[in-house]
Amino acid sequence: MSSATTTAPSHLEHQFDDAQQQRDAATTGMWLFLATEVLFFGGMFLGYTAYRIYYPRAFAEASRHTLIAFGGTNTAVLVISSTVMAFAVRAARENRQRIVATLLWITASLGMVFLVIKGCEYAKEISEHLLPGRSFHIEASDPRHAEMFFYLYWLMTGIHALHVTIGVVLITIFAFRAWITDAFRNHDTPVDLLGLYWHFVDIVWVFLFPLIYLVNRHG
Amino acid sequence: MKRTFPIAGTYVINGIALLCLLALTIFAAYVKLGPFNTVIPLLIALAKGALIALFFMHLRYSKPLMWVFASAGVFWLGILLVLALGDYLTRGWR
Repeated sequence: MSSATTTAPSHLEHQFDDAQQQRDAATTGMWLFLATEVLFFGGMFLGYTAYRIYYPRAFAEASRHTLIAFGGTNTAVLVISSTVMAFAVRAARENRQRIVATLLWITASLGMVFLVIKGCEYAKEISEHLLPGRSFHIEASDPRHAEMFFYLYWLMTGIHALHVTIGVVLITIFAFRAWITDAFRNHDTPVDLLGLYWHFVDIVWVFLFPLIYLVNRHG
Repeated sequence: MKRTFPIAGTYVINGIALLCLLALTIFAAYVKLGPFNTVIPLLIALAKGALIALFFMHLRYSKPLMWVFASAGVFWLGILLVLALGDYLTRGWR
């Protein structure tokens, strides 16, 4: 805001030649952050893959104990929230602040729905003794590695849920800012970047879903 | 100049396509397909990820530089998976 005047606030920081360059730099930075996130989740996906290759039977049996009705519904909820978010980003570019705020509230609400469903699923799994630890119990040929499946399940979905929580908080803050202030008028880049983050969280879930719920549903 | 933003209908079609792929992957999981029970869900997940990146994240409409940064994450993930699994998968070889 270095060159802000009373009439037309400029969002162009002094190190950039023009608004397009500033936007490109911000978007590039966001993609770079997402690349680090890919590797952050990548380590866990690698652990999952290695264990599944070594203990395919235990993973297949354990996966049958996951609650696909919850997981499937949540996948749909996230896809719909991503679609709404795409429209929010579009509205931001068209400078329609009220619509941006409304769409962001809907996106955040769907994120909350995801977390509530996930919470119910966790509660049911704890009551079915599927939380690794002393009380863990499963009817399977290889309970020890079935427990490893559930260890990875809780770790990966837990960290994903943390990302969803951060997303919901950020989206809610952005929605209030769009509704109350003029923060995003002629300055839609922050909404754009928020959208990239939210879609990324959706992509992570797209890969988690089949690896958790669909290992062995047939036969 | 290339358009930098899709038309609104693109998002709706993309969302519907993603939901259809979700239905397809669940359906396929309940059919006995042998090794394809492992391959099909992964291919569908890759397709869904690509649809989200290309249209929701606007990669389809972005500059080549953005493609480089987006591919970099996938490329490094590839190194992580290929080198590590190259070890795990070949330990039985004598």
